[in-house]
Amino acid sequence: MTQAIPGPGRSPAPEPAPEPAPEPVPAPVPVHPRLGVRVAYRLQRVLRPNAGYRWLSARLETAGPARTAFTGAEREAKGKLFGCRMCGQCALPVTGYVCPMGCPKELRNGPCGGVGADGSCEVYPERRCVWVDAYDRAASAGRTADLRLLHRPTDHRRWGQSSWLNYWQGRDEDLWTADSRTHP
Amino acid sequence: MSLRERLASGGFAVTAEISPPRGASTENITKTAEALRNWVDAVNVTDNQGSNVRLASWAGSVALINAGLDPVMQMTCRDRNRIALQSDLLGASALGVRNILVMTGDHPKFGDHPEAKPVFDLDSVQLLWTLRTMRDQHVLLSGRKVDPAPDCFLGAVENPFAPPVPFRAERLAKKVEAGAQFIQTQFVFDVPAFAAWLAQVRDLGLHERCAILAGVGAVRSVRALEYMRDHVPGVEVPDGVFQRLQAVPADKQAHEGVKLAAEIIQQVAAIPGVAGVHLLVAGNEGAVPDILDSAGIQARSPGGV
Repeated sequence: MTQAIPGPGRSPAPEPAPEPAPEPVPAPVPVHPRLGVRVAYRLQRVLRPNAGYRWLSARLETAGPARTAFTGAEREAKGKLFGCRMCGQCALPVTGYVCPMGCPKELRNGPCGGVGADGSCEVYPERRCVWVDAYDRAASAGRTADLRLLHRPTDHRRWGQSSWLNYWQGRDEDLWTADSRTHP
Repeated sequence: MSLRERLASGGFAVTAEISPPRGASTENITKTAEALRNWVDAVNVTDNQGSNVRLASWAGSVALINAGLDPVMQMTCRDRNRIALQSDLLGASALGVRNILVMTGDHPKFGDHPEAKPVFDLDSVQLLWTLRTMRDQHVLLSGRKVDPAPDCFLGAVENPFAPPVPFRAERLAKKVEAGAQFIQTQFVFDVPAFAAWLAQVRDLGLHERCAILAGVGAVRSVRALEYMRDHVPGVEVPDGVFQRLQAVPADKQAHEGVKLAAEIIQQVAAIPGVAGVHLLVAGNEGAVPDILDSAGIQARSPGGV
C-alpha cells in the first residue's frame, strides 16, 4: 500500500550549481504569444534533446559566464515571444505554446472557473485567459490531447534557471504525465 | 446518512452552502444549520469566500459535526502552500471531517485584502492528486509516510459555462483522474447549456466515476441577480432569468426566485448523469425547505447524519 507508486523513469542529470540570484520575478500577467503556433511546433522539433544538446548543455552548466549568457538569451527571447517569467520548467510544448505561468493563479492544469463569457481573464479583464488562448492554438494544430496531461506541482527552486538546459539535461521528463497513478 | 453514503446508495443527494461569520464564534453556523437539518445530506463551509476573511472552514466544519451534520470542508489553493494544505487535511481528518471540496479559489483582488500575496502553490488538480495520494498511498508529496492515513471523500468544482467551453468536460476528466469523487457545479441558470456539457461528461464516462451535483441558487431579487452577474467571477445570468424576475413586483421576487430554483432542480434532475443538487444559498439558507418542497424533494428522515 505504501510503495507501488511508479516513480520517475530514468534518473535525470544532477542539479546544477546555483546561479547568481535571479532578478525579481515579475507578477504573472496573461500574454498572447508573438510566435505563431505552427512555427512554435516546428521549433519544438528543432529543440528536441539529442546527444549534441546534451553535450552542449553539460558544458554550459560548468562554464559560469557562458551559462549566464545562455540563460540571459533565453530570458530575452522567450520573454519577448511568450512573456516568459523564467520558471525554469517550461510547459509551452504541451500548452499550445501559451505560457500558463502568465495566469495570475499560475494554473498549469487548465483554466479556473472565473473566465469571462468573452474569454477574458477575471483578474485582467482586458486580457484573454491564457487557457482560452491555449485551447484555441492547440485545437488549430490538432494538439488538444496535450491539454489532458496532468502537470505535477511547480518546483519553485527552479525560478531563474534556463529551462532549455534543464530540458536537455533530462530534468523536465516528469513535469507532466498521462498516468494519474504515479506520484504527484 | 452522510453524503458519501447517500451517493453510494444511489439516492438523489442534496447539499447546501453556508458562509462562516466574520467573527470568533460558530454560533451563527449552528443556527443556520438548524434550518437545513433534515433537508440536506451535507453542508458546505466556504473557505474565505470571495477572498474575504471569515472563520476558518475547518472550524466551521467541526461545529457542524458537533451539531450532528455532515460538513463539506472547502479548501482553496489561494492562501496556503503545499505544506499547509497537507497539514490541514491531516488535521481535518483527525477531527472527523470527511468531505473535502478542492478548488482553485478566487483571486485576492476580489476580496477585502486585495494587497495580499496570492499563493496558488498547487492548483486544484494537483491538490486533489496530492490528497488522494495521502489517503491511498499513505505518503505526502515529499514521499514521506503518513501514519495513519487520512480518510476523506474528495470533491471538486466545475464551471460548465466558462470558456473554453469545449474543454470543460476534459478539464473535469483531469479532476476525476486526479481523485475527484464528486463535483459541485457553478450556478446552473442555462439548463440546455448544462445538458450539453453533461452529454460530453457522459461520453467520457465521468458520471460513472464521479457524482455530479448541479449547482442551483435561489435569487432573492433583481438587485441580487445584478450583483451576481457583475461581481461574482464566472457566473453568467441569461436575459430570460432577468426578464422573469423583473416581471414581478419587488416583494414577490424572492418567491419567484424560489419557484425558478425548484424548476431548475426538476429539469436538471431529469438529465441522465445528475446525482444530486448543490444549493448555492449562502445568506438565504431559510429558503432551502421551500425550494426543495416546491421541487418535490422530500425531507430526509430525522436524525441528520
